[in-house]
Amino acid sequence: MVFINYAAREINVKIVYYGPGLGGKTTNLQYIYERTSPDQKGKLISLATETERTLFFDFLPLDLGTVKGFRIRFHLYTVPGQVFYDASRKLILKGADGVVFVADSQRERMDANIESLNNLKVNLRENGLDIRTIPYVLQLNKRDLPSAVPVEEMLRVLHVKGEPVFEAVATRGIGVFETLKTIARLVLQELKKTTHAMG
Amino acid sequence: MMGFDFVLYEQDYDQIQQVLHRLKEGANAQMVFLIDRNGSMVAFQGDTENIDTTSFASLAAGNVAATESLARLLGEREFNVLYHEGAGQNIHMSLISQRVILVVIFSNKSALGLVRLRVKQAANELERIFTSLMEKLERDRELIGASLNQFAEITDEDIDALFGGPESERDRGRPR
Ligand SMILES: Nc1nc2c(ncn2[C@@H]2O[C@H](COP(=O)(O)OP(=O)(O)OP(=O)(O)O)[C@@H](O)[C@H]2O)c(=O)[nH]1
Ligand SMILES: [Mg+2]
Repeated sequence: MVFINYAAREINVKIVYYGPGLGGKTTNLQYIYERTSPDQKGKLISLATETERTLFFDFLPLDLGTVKGFRIRFHLYTVPGQVFYDASRKLILKGADGVVFVADSQRERMDANIESLNNLKVNLRENGLDIRTIPYVLQLNKRDLPSAVPVEEMLRVLHVKGEPVFEAVATRGIGVFETLKTIARLVLQELKKTTHAMG
Repeated sequence: MMGFDFVLYEQDYDQIQQVLHRLKEGANAQMVFLIDRNGSMVAFQGDTENIDTTSFASLAAGNVAATESLARLLGEREFNVLYHEGAGQNIHMSLISQRVILVVIFSNKSALGLVRLRVKQAANELERIFTSLMEKLERDRELIGASLNQFAEITDEDIDALFGGPESERDRGRPR
């Protein structure tokens, strides 16, 4: 549900980082925040528990410049990955224009990845969205850890539709901006496609 | 459904600003915001210099969304109004046409009763504006779609430019 403000020639885009608890969603936003110049970003807002687990959401607004004469404002959100925060996840997905799934590469988190992916599909559907059509990028995070599952094996269970895949080490910024750039491009391209479909 | 769910033109924008301005004056408020449900600022009036309006919009939307879910858990259809009282400033939020959130920030120079009254009047006007806006969007879908055709030709260079060029030292990932 892209909000286009013709009066201000401005387009607001909502991108949601989804995935299992402790997978690195918040870390992605923190890295983006650190590496973006002050005039291009707002505050990074984190509604978190005392132990720095996301409680409701993180929010980072980016204002990177114009495309085709429109100022593009990206609103990045993370959801809380812990299973019991499902109601909040559903709320944050509402109106999403694009989704990044941050998977945890550690072998012991594979079940959590699968459960979270299934949960994403359900929650998209409940918001009138569809994983098969929404702009979507898969990030395989924590590639630096010794128990990281081979990429091919992860793709066998997590690849839904030929979406772009990035290997990442979010704590060191590896793969973070590629992921963001790619979801940004997919969303902006989708803008045109859907307008046609609906026209 | 994806797409441009919500397109705002100059003329509607001006009308909205007028309503917000009248509300701010009439309610003796400090600031008035109109925010879309997904957390984007639509328009505002008042001295917002000392406030981070983008953060404010996203948090207000989160607040309303959470409250609505609470209402549903109780079997209420919705809570229409949210009110937060501070020592010096108060926040009054209401949902309009199930689509936008009207926020009034006022100090103790005003009063809740007055704010409520003025909000009710403004809400009626905004509802009218948004109803006709949505009708117009429905009518003009094709036109709007055509005007967005330019995004079809969006290139990797356009995206790179947004992110500070392809050689940016931030990019250290391994695409597959
Ligand atoms: N080794 C390693 N650690 C990482 C990486 N990315 C994130 N972490 C660490 O993993 C922990 C959890 O990261 P968060 O970003 O808070 O995870 P999250 O997905 O936001 O978790 P929830 O908010 O509970 O959903 C932190 O201690 C991070 O420093 C990575 O690529 N490699
Ligand atoms: Mg988090």
